[in-house]
Amino acid sequence: MEKRSERIVTSTIRIAGSSSILFLMLIFIFLLREGLPTIGEVPLERLAGERWYPIEDLYGILPLISGSLIVTVFSILIALPLGVGTAIYIGEIAPQSVKEVLKPMVEILAGIPSVVLGFIGILVLSPFLRRAFDLATGLTALSGAILLALISIPTIASITEDALYAVPSSYRYAAYALGATQWQTIWGVAIPAARRGILTAVMLGIGRSLGETMAVMMVTGNAPTIFSGLGSFTAPVRTMTATIASEMGEVATGSIHYHVLFFIGILLFIFSLIINITSSTSTERPREEKAQVVS
Amino acid sequence: MAEPKIRIRGLYVRYKDGKEALKGVDFDIIKNTVTVAFGPAGGGKSSMVRVLNRLIDIADAEEIRGEILMDGKNLLDEDVNVVELRRRIGVVFSRPIPLPLTVAGNIRFGPEVAGEKDEQKLEEIVEQALKEAVLWDEVYDRLDDPAYSLSGGQQQRLCLARMLALQPEVIVLDEPTSALDPVSTTKIEEFLEKAKERYTILLVPHNQQQAARMADYAGFFLQGRMIEYGTGEQIFLNPKKKETVDYVAGRFG
Amino acid sequence: MNSLFEIGKRRRLVNRNTAQEIGFWGIRLITLFTVLPILGIVVYIVIKGSPAISLEFLTQMPRDGMRAGGILPAITGTFYLMAGTALFSIPLGIAAGIYLAEYATDNAWTRAIRIAIISLAGVPSVVYGLFGLGLFVLFFGFGISILSASLTLSIMTLPVVISTTEEALRSVPYEFRVVGLSLGGTQWQTIRKVILPEAMPGVVTGIILGLERAVGETAPILFTGATFFLPRLPRSPLDATMALPYHIFVISTQVPGMPIQIQYGTVLVLIAFVLGMNLIASIIRSRARARRQW
Repeated sequence: MEKRSERIVTSTIRIAGSSSILFLMLIFIFLLREGLPTIGEVPLERLAGERWYPIEDLYGILPLISGSLIVTVFSILIALPLGVGTAIYIGEIAPQSVKEVLKPMVEILAGIPSVVLGFIGILVLSPFLRRAFDLATGLTALSGAILLALISIPTIASITEDALYAVPSSYRYAAYALGATQWQTIWGVAIPAARRGILTAVMLGIGRSLGETMAVMMVTGNAPTIFSGLGSFTAPVRTMTATIASEMGEVATGSIHYHVLFFIGILLFIFSLIINITSSTSTERPREEKAQVVS
Repeated sequence: MAEPKIRIRGLYVRYKDGKEALKGVDFDIIKNTVTVAFGPAGGGKSSMVRVLNRLIDIADAEEIRGEILMDGKNLLDEDVNVVELRRRIGVVFSRPIPLPLTVAGNIRFGPEVAGEKDEQKLEEIVEQALKEAVLWDEVYDRLDDPAYSLSGGQQQRLCLARMLALQPEVIVLDEPTSALDPVSTTKIEEFLEKAKERYTILLVPHNQQQAARMADYAGFFLQGRMIEYGTGEQIFLNPKKKETVDYVAGRFG
Repeated sequence: MNSLFEIGKRRRLVNRNTAQEIGFWGIRLITLFTVLPILGIVVYIVIKGSPAISLEFLTQMPRDGMRAGGILPAITGTFYLMAGTALFSIPLGIAAGIYLAEYATDNAWTRAIRIAIISLAGVPSVVYGLFGLGLFVLFFGFGISILSASLTLSIMTLPVVISTTEEALRSVPYEFRVVGLSLGGTQWQTIRKVILPEAMPGVVTGIILGLERAVGETAPILFTGATFFLPRLPRSPLDATMALPYHIFVISTQVPGMPIQIQYGTVLVLIAFVLGMNLIASIIRSRARARRQW
């Protein structure tokens, strides 16, 4: 009698263990179910077109992809130095008392909901940018990039911090023994040793930025335009995520528009899969490498 | 009186990394005595301990051959109820590892998972086990304290007690006093002297002196083989094989 | 008499140390750039939002098209969604975490499970919304409801719960399992009586952090459960509901004449909710660390 209840529990646990595979497949299946009809309904040249204007049956997704890319790339340009720099400070330079204040602060930033950041973006950031750069509107790619940077900094900072922490102290001591300053050690030894982890951090940051919806929806102005030089940074754009979020509510189930929105979802899904799987596999190798170097 | 409780025949253990811990060992554990397995590190004694209560099932053992006969049944058979077996053969390890429970909780663990639910009975078991392990007088008023609040020697006796609570037939101790001070060591050795009336005891001693003190029967292990086996007196006062002689005389260790 | 070599050496040392000082200050500056916005945002919201906070604000229904009155339905809605998410993701997530930490062997299937978890963790929140729409709202026919939204949020929260549960279990020393088995316990008995209880603080922390994220998310509930105008509080899981994040989104972008104070007040409530959960998780974590016996 003890054995039977134990077997039931064990089976339940085993099934639960595999559930994540089930859910991932479900997501894929249902995205395909509602998104694949697009291939039949919208000719490929149209899909790859430059105009997104559903009212006139124009479903060119290039401006949306362009919008997502601009905002993401720009946000990483901001978030990378800030995130890595903060991680260096917390991990290598800051005294313990400061560390104990800083780490919770970064965690707080990680916890701020994106809709709240979007809110601040509308009321504070956009007017500020508009005045500072003398723009027609503050709802631009730049605003989105800044908010996205805030969102991805905690990710980049904490993974970088872990990567720096994992660098064997023997590496650092060797450098000090050779007369290097702490600064030289950080840049000459710790960072290169941690570079795989930092790369992972950046990739995950990119993943977060690409997938972010609310903050960009609220401050990027939602104009589907294609990148056209540096001026685009301070012009409104539309991301893939914002498109789905803002148009899904007004779309008839089963219509072409509906299918295309799901299709964009498939693209986002595949992008995020690629980013996450490659960044996770890239963190598995460093350990063996380091062991070889030290011995 | 020299009736073996457990006969080990041709025991062979190889791990996943290729190491052959035991290379065909014959060994008898005699009923109601302290049988000792001693020798330098790497001899295979700990592996033998783990095979006895089938704890080796969860380790990286690649291949296990041979027979371990207790009361006519080979313990290595597939149809052996391993859970039941572990209650009949109790093990004490070299480091005290109290469970992160209270003192009483540690002792109750075994009976509870065996199905005992009666509160009254459980309390009795706790008291009995602690008395048998000569620990009751020191902890009777601390039964609900965390087990880790006890001293090292007390913790090890607690580990003893929780195993005794299962009323095993065989007690196996793998260097039980290696982490303990001399006073605690003596207490445990005294316990073993008395306990052999009720139990059959296999002791892997911490050092040679302990081996010589405790052994009614002894087997000398060297690199996976048992070199010599006999009564305590035979092995320590009159060893026959050269390796035994060298080890006992302290020429290597 | 200092040789030229000595002088040169001292100068190089000074150069290296100055370089370090400059570098350090640069890093400090960068960190400041990160920290200031965090402080600024929180402080700003607290300042601008607290005037709006009152008992009525928190317990009354809204009036005048959300422009006055309280935000009770949004608050209760967020609670319902959190409860629903907890209901579905906690048991499943803990069980899956136990599987990975205690039962799974290192084979291809286990690796596939881990990849699936990482992938689920990276799926954009709006894609979860689409998925929820396709599966729960339409295919199962639950409609736009607390049920659909909770199920969607649960799957989104699952990776966090699984990962933290697994990690918490792995941090419990291996020896306890050996001891439990050698005392005649089965694997599950040992897990249930010793390992899991010891891992509980870590598990709970992970759950709180996962729920914290679910509470703040808007995109997954956009097309699966959230609504703006709700005449009365939801009465069944099949009703749609208001929720704080969605409410904030609408009142700050789509309602003309929305008093700024109410907007900030609502945001403050959400932030307080989320940061409060964060705080609880931290407290649990540090108290558990202090009480640990090993």
